[in-house]
Amino acid sequence: MVHTFKIKDTAIAVDVASGAVHVVSDIALDIIRQFDEKPGEDCPDWLFERLDSYPMDEIKEAYDEVYQLCKANLLYTDDAYAQIAAETRKQPLVKALCLHVSHDCNLRCGYCFAGTGNFCGERCIMSEETGKKAIDFVIKRSGKRRNIEIDFFGGEPLMNFEVVKKLTAYAREQEKIHNKNFRLTLTTNGVLLDEDKLDFINEHMSNLVLSIDGRKSVNDHMRKTVSGEGSYDVIMPRLKRAAQSRNQDNYYVRGTFTRHNLDFCADVLHLANEGFKQISVEPVVGGADCGYAIREEDLPLVYDQYEQLAEEILQRNQDGRRFNFFHFMIDLTQGPCVIKRMSGCGAGCEYVAVTPEGDIYPCHQFVGNDGFLLGNVYADDYSAEKTQMFADANVYTKPKCAECWAKFYCSGGCHANAYQFGGDIKAPYEIGCAMERKRVECALYIKAKNAE
Amino acid sequence: MKHIKTLCGGVLKASAAKGGCGECQTSCQSACKTSCTVANQKCEKSV
Ligand code: SF4
Ligand code: SF4
Repeated sequence: MVHTFKIKDTAIAVDVASGAVHVVSDIALDIIRQFDEKPGEDCPDWLFERLDSYPMDEIKEAYDEVYQLCKANLLYTDDAYAQIAAETRKQPLVKALCLHVSHDCNLRCGYCFAGTGNFCGERCIMSEETGKKAIDFVIKRSGKRRNIEIDFFGGEPLMNFEVVKKLTAYAREQEKIHNKNFRLTLTTNGVLLDEDKLDFINEHMSNLVLSIDGRKSVNDHMRKTVSGEGSYDVIMPRLKRAAQSRNQDNYYVRGTFTRHNLDFCADVLHLANEGFKQISVEPVVGGADCGYAIREEDLPLVYDQYEQLAEEILQRNQDGRRFNFFHFMIDLTQGPCVIKRMSGCGAGCEYVAVTPEGDIYPCHQFVGNDGFLLGNVYADDYSAEKTQMFADANVYTKPKCAECWAKFYCSGGCHANAYQFGGDIKAPYEIGCAMERKRVECALYIKAKNAE
Repeated sequence: MKHIKTLCGGVLKASAAKGGCGECQTSCQSACKTSCTVANQKCEKSV
């Protein structure tokens, strides 16, 4: 499978199965677009007729180059990974944990999937004991895997910071005993992020995720305090301080855009102008009837915003105002292996979420959905059987993904979104896919421009 | 080549042979986490 696209004057051909990416001339682009499968050595006559706006000798020349790439297994290569996909994940091991240390929150964000922090249950916080049980659980279930991630999540985890501290100490103690390497991260809205907490976080957390949506008006429209005021003025100075204290690295400010701010490029740039160097802003996930979810008719505008953002990033790369936009970062040569790329997030098998009650769910997005309850850390009733549906989900078992050119960049999308929209974790959420593909195109475009 | 400049060669096939150790970071793709294209991650063996 070969995917071609053009942004501005740059035409790109992606050979999906090999991962090769080529910048091509207009003629080469038009030639490639005529073939669904590997072309033969000799340039067919019908090609000259179809592409009669180009001189014949140029067509021949470009055709020959296309053919050379095919011969070198860099274009129209066969996709032979389906078998590997079927063989992997037979023994799912848990290697990442989302610890819901607080099912309570001090903000009331309009789009919160957790139903304002409590996941539609009681507002409660995790006890030290339950947290320790969860850590024991992941140690037990991780087999020989050494690297284990724990994300302190919520609600708002800083509302239960004493337990975060105790669990951090416990993880550090246990990793020595069991020869594990815990990578701790924390996701916060910043409201309670004072110097003491920040010091602790900087000492122990390998990544820190800070939530803010961008411009004040946009942030405050969705991210409100309990009393209904905007949160921007409270959090902005704290988030800036946090970013600086981590030397502008190993953190992200992350925001969500909705159909209320389809001009989200301005929000990304706002965050960049405020000095943040690691930025992630992405489309909200919400049901079709929620009013703020991105609709199909919004897509042209969204595409245009991504292209604008790509141009801006290229510009800023040159003039010293460089920042990273998470969704445009692609590592073409050193990225993960194809096995990782075909299986994605690992929710429900490699990755699980644990609630304050000790309940285990496939991931934070499934919390509270009884049908997906996988067990409880107190009960030793977690069965790999229940997780089989997730273990089996990969880009070959999801029919749309198997046909999708972006599969090895995307890895099959979010099961939770898919479930939310189509009732099936193997049927990806189309509008999300459209945006994902556009982001990958823009990312490749930036690579091409930087290589000029 | 005049018409084609290769930005990156085929890296995926070789990665299938050596890959799958599972030591790399998990990669949630939802909007509430450090959502990402998996392709921006590092292979644990290359860091
Ligand atoms: S963009 Fe959609 S169809 Fe393509 S791989 Fe991702 S989830 Fe699957
Ligand atoms: S299912 Fe979605 S929300 Fe859950 S871990 Fe995977 S990508 Fe993230």
